[in-house]
Amino acid sequence: MSGTFLGMPSLPVFGIGNLHEHEPFPKAARRELGNTQLRANLGHATRTIRDKRLAVVSELPDWEELREAGRAIKESVMARLPELLEQFEANFTARGGTIHWARDAGEANAIVASLIREQGADEVVKVKSMATQEIGLNEYLEEQGIAAFETDLAELIVQLDHDKPSHILVPAIHKNRSQVRDIFLREMEGVDPELTNEPARLAAAARAHLRRKFLSAKVAVSGANFALADSGTLAVVESEGNGRMCLTLPETLITVMGVEKLLPAWEDLEVFMQLLPRSSTGERMNPYTSLWTGVTPDDGPQNVHLVLLDNGRSAALADEMGRSALHCIRCSACMNVCPVYERTGGHAYGSTYPGPIGAILSPLLTGITAEENNSLPYASSLCGACYDACPVKINIPDILVHLRGEDVDSKRGKRGKRGRERLPSQMDLGMKAASWALSSGKNLGLVEKALPLGRIAAGPDKKITKLPGIAAGWTQSRDIPAPPAQSFRQWWDKEHRAPAAPTDPTGTGDAGTGNAGTGSAGTEENP
Amino acid sequence: MNAREEILDRIRSALRDAPAVPDVPRDYRRSSTLGEEELIELLTDRLVDYKANVFIEEAAAVPQRLAVLLEGAGRYAIPHGLDQALFAEADARDGGSRRVTDAPGHRLSVEELDRVDAVVTGSAVAVAETGTIVLDASPDQGRRVISLVPDRHICIVRARDITAILPEALRRLDGTRPQTWISGPSATSDIELERVEGVHGPRTLDVVIVRG
Repeated sequence: MSGTFLGMPSLPVFGIGNLHEHEPFPKAARRELGNTQLRANLGHATRTIRDKRLAVVSELPDWEELREAGRAIKESVMARLPELLEQFEANFTARGGTIHWARDAGEANAIVASLIREQGADEVVKVKSMATQEIGLNEYLEEQGIAAFETDLAELIVQLDHDKPSHILVPAIHKNRSQVRDIFLREMEGVDPELTNEPARLAAAARAHLRRKFLSAKVAVSGANFALADSGTLAVVESEGNGRMCLTLPETLITVMGVEKLLPAWEDLEVFMQLLPRSSTGERMNPYTSLWTGVTPDDGPQNVHLVLLDNGRSAALADEMGRSALHCIRCSACMNVCPVYERTGGHAYGSTYPGPIGAILSPLLTGITAEENNSLPYASSLCGACYDACPVKINIPDILVHLRGEDVDSKRGKRGKRGRERLPSQMDLGMKAASWALSSGKNLGLVEKALPLGRIAAGPDKKITKLPGIAAGWTQSRDIPAPPAQSFRQWWDKEHRAPAAPTDPTGTGDAGTGNAGTGSAGTEENP
Repeated sequence: MNAREEILDRIRSALRDAPAVPDVPRDYRRSSTLGEEELIELLTDRLVDYKANVFIEEAAAVPQRLAVLLEGAGRYAIPHGLDQALFAEADARDGGSRRVTDAPGHRLSVEELDRVDAVVTGSAVAVAETGTIVLDASPDQGRRVISLVPDRHICIVRARDITAILPEALRRLDGTRPQTWISGPSATSDIELERVEGVHGPRTLDVVIVRG
């Protein structure tokens, strides 16, 4: 049976490419928050899509049943992945398609470039695809002297402006209509100089600009939303018709797809094609979905290729706690409900995959120690809205917490200078001290004897405004109230273990409102 | 080791904890009980919401409807498997001179398709709840390209091909045929989320629903 692993377990091999946060998230977020245009556009966009999504989701009486089926199907795909990949390969190949396997971004890019060159082409039309953005295909092709034309309107805007997408569904959401007009006037050859900023006029300009490209293109590059193992069928979901143009008109079609996109069978599509459009654009159905199975004689591309991409997916799969991040169908619902994403926007996450899913997927694909990706799991308040919105029920908050643990573990005892003995970090020491203090009541009692010291540190205004060492991060934006004069345990001992009957008639009244309810944060005086 | 072997090996290694394969609970709706009139009404409501134009006709009135729809058009394309009798009325007006047919051995080029004003096709199945019409490249629907390049798509949907929900529709389809699922004219919301109908695909979608 192909599903059983009998060889030596190998170390995870992580992905490369556009998957990295290049500076710590808080720093990137602070900069992005200063962009008022971005914040206004994002606030409007996320609110609008959120409302639309809620409306169309509430129409379906069986939404939760669909989510549950989606979750189970994806979980079963991951458990059976080797077998399903082989089945898909056999079917796709039997219908005239060619499969290529790419271990990482570099290998995928090289395969695509050589397939394009085989056709003697020096330009390609492209359908919006997260996978090709992840591997940096456009940049690579440009270096190779091949021009790649993005045909999705938003991707076209971003590409013409030499910018980066900020949202996986509406990549140009950070630009308003006047900015788009200015970009078109500046970068689009032969554009009407009288172009106004009406979206309909701008869309018409994009149609005119790309039409000749579509009708003459020899090679198209696409991603895929789904691949069906039992038939070898690929699916692309879109709105504008640029996908249909790319998938139908050129003689050669090259699709790049992550290995995790498989679905076992045709009937599984009935689940995902209900979940995806409603979660994504908040529509009952997207305007166009194209399905193709290898080559159809006399209809569409006759030279059909698929590049199956690992690029860290196998490493993510090896993480038992994190592997369900691979269930993601790239709908972007988690972004639109995320209070962090709504304010910082996609650029703050650095990676191709922003928002809550990006905060787990990027470090899972690259490893937690790659560049600044260890800052991404903290880009969340753990409110859980993403989990509720996710159509395949990925427990994003749990994985965020798991990855924070990975981050801490990766730093443990690694602060020593090269050549010297490893020094335990402040965090290690703090954790050791806490572990000793919390291991027995006696130890904790000893620590609690130091409470009055904290009261001295707090001073007359009863606030500690600056802690030393790594604890300084905590007091950067908060004050700590002075600790109480006695701990709850000390109070309890006095009240309940005292052998003599209470002599103070007001004692019981105070006990009811004492520090028990507010814990050590209470500042009121006990008698 | 080649890339294929290495990737499969990495994946098997990643799964060495042998995760369980869960049963898939299919407790969502898989069939429905709507009658023909309700299906037509629901499909029409959805298509109109997408800004498609909908015409509901008895079978005998379809040629008349097509003639009217094609009145303003210059040349129009049809796939070879579409019943020529549907164009009796239109032909009565122009002798069939505006019609070009895409047929095996006589394929219309992309340039020719770019010069016609409209295309008329049949359809394989429709989903009322989502306002979706599926074309599967059968002879009455033609190659994918013919319903893509012309700026206007006139699509004939037989009432008996309308299902209520997606799972019912998928059971009537062969997944290995090239398929196009169409839910309204092409559209974009990429600029400030303002929906614009008509980008690269046909900018006008006329749907003729045929009763009986």
